[in-house]
Amino acid sequence: MKPSRFDSTVLTLCFAFLYIPIIILVIYSFNASKLVTVWGGFSLEWYRVMWSNEGLMDAAWVTARVGVLSATLGTVLGTLAALALNRFPRFPGRMAFTGMIYAPLVMPEVITGLSLLLLFVAMNVDRGFWTVTIAHTTFTMCYVAIIVQSRLLTFDRSLEEAALDLGCPPVKTFFRITLPLILPAIVSGWMLAFTLSLDDLVIASFTTGPGATTLPIKIYSQVRLGVTPEINAVCTILIGLVTIGVIIASITTKRNEARRIRDEHAAIRGAG
Amino acid sequence: MAKSLGPVKRKFSPWTDPSATPFIRFENITKRYGDFIAVDNLTLDIYEREFFSLLGPSGCGKTTLMRMLAGFEEPTSGRILLQGRDLSGTPPYKRPTNMMFQSYALFPHMTVEKNIAFGLEQDGLPKPEIRARVEEMLKLVKLEAFARRKPAQLSGGQRQRVALARSLAKRPKVLLLDEPLGALDRKLREETQFELMDIQHTLGLTFLIVTHDQEEAMTVSDRIAVMDKGIVVQVATPAEIYEGPNSRYVAEFIGDINILECALTENAGVCLHEGHPPVVRLESDGLSIAVEQECPAAVGDRVAFAIRPEKVRISLDPPAAAETNTAHGEVWDIGYLGDFSVFLVKLEDGRVLRAAQANVSRLVDRPITFGDMVWLTWPLDAGLVLTR
Repeated sequence: MKPSRFDSTVLTLCFAFLYIPIIILVIYSFNASKLVTVWGGFSLEWYRVMWSNEGLMDAAWVTARVGVLSATLGTVLGTLAALALNRFPRFPGRMAFTGMIYAPLVMPEVITGLSLLLLFVAMNVDRGFWTVTIAHTTFTMCYVAIIVQSRLLTFDRSLEEAALDLGCPPVKTFFRITLPLILPAIVSGWMLAFTLSLDDLVIASFTTGPGATTLPIKIYSQVRLGVTPEINAVCTILIGLVTIGVIIASITTKRNEARRIRDEHAAIRGAG
Repeated sequence: MAKSLGPVKRKFSPWTDPSATPFIRFENITKRYGDFIAVDNLTLDIYEREFFSLLGPSGCGKTTLMRMLAGFEEPTSGRILLQGRDLSGTPPYKRPTNMMFQSYALFPHMTVEKNIAFGLEQDGLPKPEIRARVEEMLKLVKLEAFARRKPAQLSGGQRQRVALARSLAKRPKVLLLDEPLGALDRKLREETQFELMDIQHTLGLTFLIVTHDQEEAMTVSDRIAVMDKGIVVQVATPAEIYEGPNSRYVAEFIGDINILECALTENAGVCLHEGHPPVVRLESDGLSIAVEQECPAAVGDRVAFAIRPEKVRISLDPPAAAETNTAHGEVWDIGYLGDFSVFLVKLEDGRVLRAAQANVSRLVDRPITFGDMVWLTWPLDAGLVLTR
């Protein structure tokens, strides 16, 4: 069916609405002028300035470390939670456990941040790198748990039974059979956790302390003093990283799909 | 496809030998799930090299029984002995049994040869030995050309063979097969049934198969245990079960059968043929039936008379011999099955009896057709009195 003029107009408007701010940001990151809204010719000046801005670079480094660490911890805990929920249909407190896994998804970030802050204060913990990491772990593990659990729903338990039956002890069975098969879900859980940690501003600003400023906090505080072109440069790099990630993910999915179809055809040919 | 047949099969019946010790013994096994009793105080002996079937409708406890032998479930009470050794508390990975799963459960991230080698690797066998055994298994199931393929690249029949090869690779003392042929189409299933029997015979292993397909059980088994609601109703050879079911349940579950409600009018009467049991006489709404059979019931008891359709002769002429049972009725419907035709004959009182006739000649128009008045006859030793 040929798209009507109305359809294409709506589509164009939607895309414009979504992407024009981002495009403007990217364009202005290459602006030679110091004024954010006046085009002064192409330049990579702001990337150099950004590179030599130690505060910004430190914040980026903190964010990367918090992201990797909290995503990894969150993935381990989330996977274990998903396995517990999937493997033990009945245990005391299951309902409460399920509820608490899903709660942080719908909880306003301000509340999560505030309650964590109160906890750290009550426990008399100095806020900084570790408190942000713990805070990010607590909310990213829920997302991982949900992704891994939905994979486990379609996991054929007889595969594990077959391994046991062939003489493989339970722990080894987990590492040889279960883990490799649910790994794609765990990896995408990790990537989601990392992304969530990367762009979290609210929870981080509640739970961080001096010396552990994350990139979103840094950007936010700089913008309050006025938007400088170097912020545009930082954001452009972030956008670039995320875009590359999305493209790699979609190419991998497409390849897997193509291989699956090829396998099916091979199976049909081989059946004769 | 030309097939090499294994050694000639001999008569095999260790269960008739009272001095033989069973290979597997289920002893007073009960399995409860909450209020539901899946297996109810069941005792069963299986002998070495036997091809044994557990047959029954879904939910009769046959799969639970097999899973208890494999070690995936523990009995609530009772014990399972393998070669006299109690298996309770032994986890599945330490039991000398292997199982072929209904879903095949092939590891999707491993190639065919890796799948087959998996169990051998767990035993820590040296690499060259594993390779030799995998090759032997691939040859046994005729999949040498597919060693490097992943399960997703195989057809259903090929997957079934990989699953079989994998479960046989460790040379288990007992191979458990859970509905092994359920996912195959009819033709492939029949072929595979004979292959399974061949492999079992060649390797000299004990096979325990779970199935709801009575034809499959009849074809492959040395003995069949017919199960219902957690108990074994009858254990016998396929022929014994077909010709001499011990209850209505077994009679109706295996094959096709006519059942008539009767009252017993005479038991242990005259002996008409030398060497045959004395005659039992039954009365069924005006139809008198005589059966040569030992029967535990007393005169006046309500019993059932059962006869297989192929044992009922159908004819347009009245019978000449006086010594047979007869019934008279109208052809109500005909089922043409190719090799057989099944006639549904409506008796005068409205009851319907089925008679099957082998189509021995190439006639398209059979002499007996709809609406014909026919005579049904059957000899004294064709039917069976069932007391339960």
